[in-house]
Amino acid sequence: MSSTESTQAAGNGHDEPAPLLRVEGLKKDFISGGSRMLGRAGNVVHAVDDVSFSVARGETFGLVGESGCGKSTVARCILRLLEPTAGRIVFDGVDIGPLAADEMRRLRRRMQIVFQDPFGSLNPRMNVEAIVKEPLVIHRIGEQHERSNRVIETLELVGVTEQQARRKPHEFSGGQRQRIALARALILQPDLVILDEPVSALDVSIQAQVLNLLRELQERLNLTYVFIVHDLAVAEYFCDRLAVLYLGAVMELTDRERLFRAPLHPYTGALLSAVPVPDPAVEREREHVVLAGEVSDELATGGCRFKARCPIGRDRDICGEEEPALIAHESGHLAACHFPGELHWLVEPSASEES
Amino acid sequence: MSTSVAEHGQGAGLSPEHGGHVLRVAGLQSEFRSRRGTVKAVRAVSLELEPGQRVGIVGESGSGKSAFALSVLGLLEPPGYVVGGEVILNGRNIAELDDRQMQTVRGKEISIVFQDPMSALNPVKTIGQQITETIRKHQPQLGKKGARAAAIELLRDVEVPAAGRRIDDYPHQYSGGMRQRVMIAIALANQPNVLIADEPTTALDVTTQAQVLTLLDRLVTERGTAVILITHNLGIVAQFCDVVYVMYAGRVVERAATADLFAHPVHPYTEALLRAVPRPDQLAQGPLPSIPGAPPNLAEVAPGCSFESRCPLGRGHKLCRTEVPVSTAAIGFGSGGATAECHFAKERVAEYLDGDATTA
Ligand SMILES: Nc1ncnc2c1ncn2[C@@H]1O[C@H](COP(=O)(O)OP(=O)(O)OP(=O)(O)O)[C@@H](O)[C@H]1O
Ligand SMILES: Nc1ncnc2c1ncn2[C@@H]1O[C@H](COP(=O)(O)OP(=O)(O)OP(=O)(O)O)[C@@H](O)[C@H]1O
Ligand code: SF4
Ligand code: SF4
Ligand SMILES: [Mg+2]
Ligand SMILES: [Mg+2]
Repeated sequence: MSSTESTQAAGNGHDEPAPLLRVEGLKKDFISGGSRMLGRAGNVVHAVDDVSFSVARGETFGLVGESGCGKSTVARCILRLLEPTAGRIVFDGVDIGPLAADEMRRLRRRMQIVFQDPFGSLNPRMNVEAIVKEPLVIHRIGEQHERSNRVIETLELVGVTEQQARRKPHEFSGGQRQRIALARALILQPDLVILDEPVSALDVSIQAQVLNLLRELQERLNLTYVFIVHDLAVAEYFCDRLAVLYLGAVMELTDRERLFRAPLHPYTGALLSAVPVPDPAVEREREHVVLAGEVSDELATGGCRFKARCPIGRDRDICGEEEPALIAHESGHLAACHFPGELHWLVEPSASEES
Repeated sequence: MSTSVAEHGQGAGLSPEHGGHVLRVAGLQSEFRSRRGTVKAVRAVSLELEPGQRVGIVGESGSGKSAFALSVLGLLEPPGYVVGGEVILNGRNIAELDDRQMQTVRGKEISIVFQDPMSALNPVKTIGQQITETIRKHQPQLGKKGARAAAIELLRDVEVPAAGRRIDDYPHQYSGGMRQRVMIAIALANQPNVLIADEPTTALDVTTQAQVLTLLDRLVTERGTAVILITHNLGIVAQFCDVVYVMYAGRVVERAATADLFAHPVHPYTEALLRAVPRPDQLAQGPLPSIPGAPPNLAEVAPGCSFESRCPLGRGHKLCRTEVPVSTAAIGFGSGGATAECHFAKERVAEYLDGDATTA
């Protein structure tokens, strides 16, 4: 059965509710490295290279992968802050590609993004009340009095008091600023919130506060999240389903349980093994597989894009000749690898001792 | 079994009686002054570092970790001022040196790696220029050619691929992980005895983070460089550090060998911090334990314990509200250097020892 994401999303006979968001065959190219001074033409970077997934209402969908693998670009294409090179974004049944600017603006009310950097994304000259109110002004929602009430309500939701609302961003700690950014995203009562590394800059106790708040708000307001994160412990704690990206393409896509307990793709395995565990007793026993090399913008021609760094594909001909397709190896567990599940090279000494 | 507790800390590098410190900070105090008041960011912090030791500093955002690091290096800028304490590096007090003298020490005996490599690197100079400048500052005898050769060697050391060619690249042509390794290369250019790394991996993904840690690890083992690692990632602390200092509101509230700290946090703040880390087994159990409330305003330090308003243990104890706890040796743990700043430190240690005795 080839129940890939897109056929699933298109409805495969089951009575599943239509997903809130469908990303179909998304591609985004950038021209990079061009230099007029050196008379050098730029080369094309396939930042996002045929990515498909769907997100159900109320679900948290995670995007993980190394720096530069295309996570933020996917996010920006979903909101059409960037025009995709190819592919479709379907939001609540509507293909947003052909929408005119004003229609898109109306839709954008329902899809919000919280950027990674709570310092850079808040205007330092405005006070918190004005910052949170601004989206209402931009979208011309409500009149003065109603707007103020909604600001207070929303700030209350994220735990910022009315008195604090008169202060400026620099007077808040990192965690509080992230709450303000969140209030700004929530004030329009969106259906979908894209969270681009929302807790990476925070210390663990504040991170815990923000994650708890996100969970609570999700339940209360039935929010749908696309969660971009490089901390895999946070991803595992927070996401229902996840896609692992590498060089712009999905390597593996499944639910949390299977991704973290029974990954099929060697890249996922390597990522998981690189995560330090907050337990010195475990750490002393553990072997970290440090992936050699790093993500390069040059895409290997032909074959698997992970081959240059893959511990098992290195000496296998097929890996260099044929690009593995992203297919379901069991229902709801997609991986793009010719040898899915061959992760014996990852086995940790401590894990084998236990059995 | 209580002996197992004792064994944990041994050999892990907490030995206050040892005189061979490459760095010894005593009672360091720094503050930020403004019209609205004086923020006492570092309130008498002491720290000892032996050659080849890896010390971690963790703690809440705003607890003074960066201010401490900058103060040690004499890099704190107005409105920030060092107002007290000693920084003994290789046997002399560098807190007394003036700017010019400090320049001969910084980069040579002690270096720092900052969190954000993009803002710390000069975008219009090649990587090579930036490294050779640092090298020639302290080793002028090397000459241009020699410095360039040394720079290539350094880039190789930090595992920049095709170092000989890529030395002439500009920072923007490097990936985030490569830039961070260049920062480490620059910090190491003159082989300092002490390296302070302030959140060197926060902006990096797990694989790059692992590469940077492997590199730091090699430094310690091959060159005997002593490292102070400031981070909020407790996984990294568990993996890398021998000793951990926990900071809260400008004070070191607990210090212990890494294994002890994770197994037996004595200070209630440390315990709360450890519990806030997401773990897979928490999934079903709902919200992550976070620490309610906010840290105290460092401009008006109240009487009593600075963690009191958030402390589950201290709540309702008059002592906690009225008297500042002093640093208490956590006797029974490790080699004896462990301390915690809590009125109930002794009781907490005793409980742990009892618990261990009954489970044995
Ligand atoms: N405006 C642009 N012009 C040229 N290249 C770009 C542009 N934006 C992104 N890229 C490239 O596209 C790729 C994907 O970038 P993206 O920002 O989506 O990565 P990411 O997964 O979000 O990484 P990070 O974890 O570092 O945020 C990278 O190679 C990046 O250099
Ligand atoms: N330039 C400044 N002016 C006034 N106060 C400052 C300044 N820089 C830092 N502070 C204050 O000094 C205290 C310590 O700050 P510091 O940067 O050392 O914290 P930190 O522990 O490094 O936090 P983080 O984990 O967020 O990096 C904080 O309360 C902060 O608000
Ligand atoms: S297809 Fe081959 S190279 Fe690619 S991940 Fe699988 S084993 Fe590795
Ligand atoms: S002294 Fe009191 S308030 Fe402070 S940490 Fe200890 S128990 Fe808590
Ligand atoms: Mg990004
Ligand atoms: Mg800091």
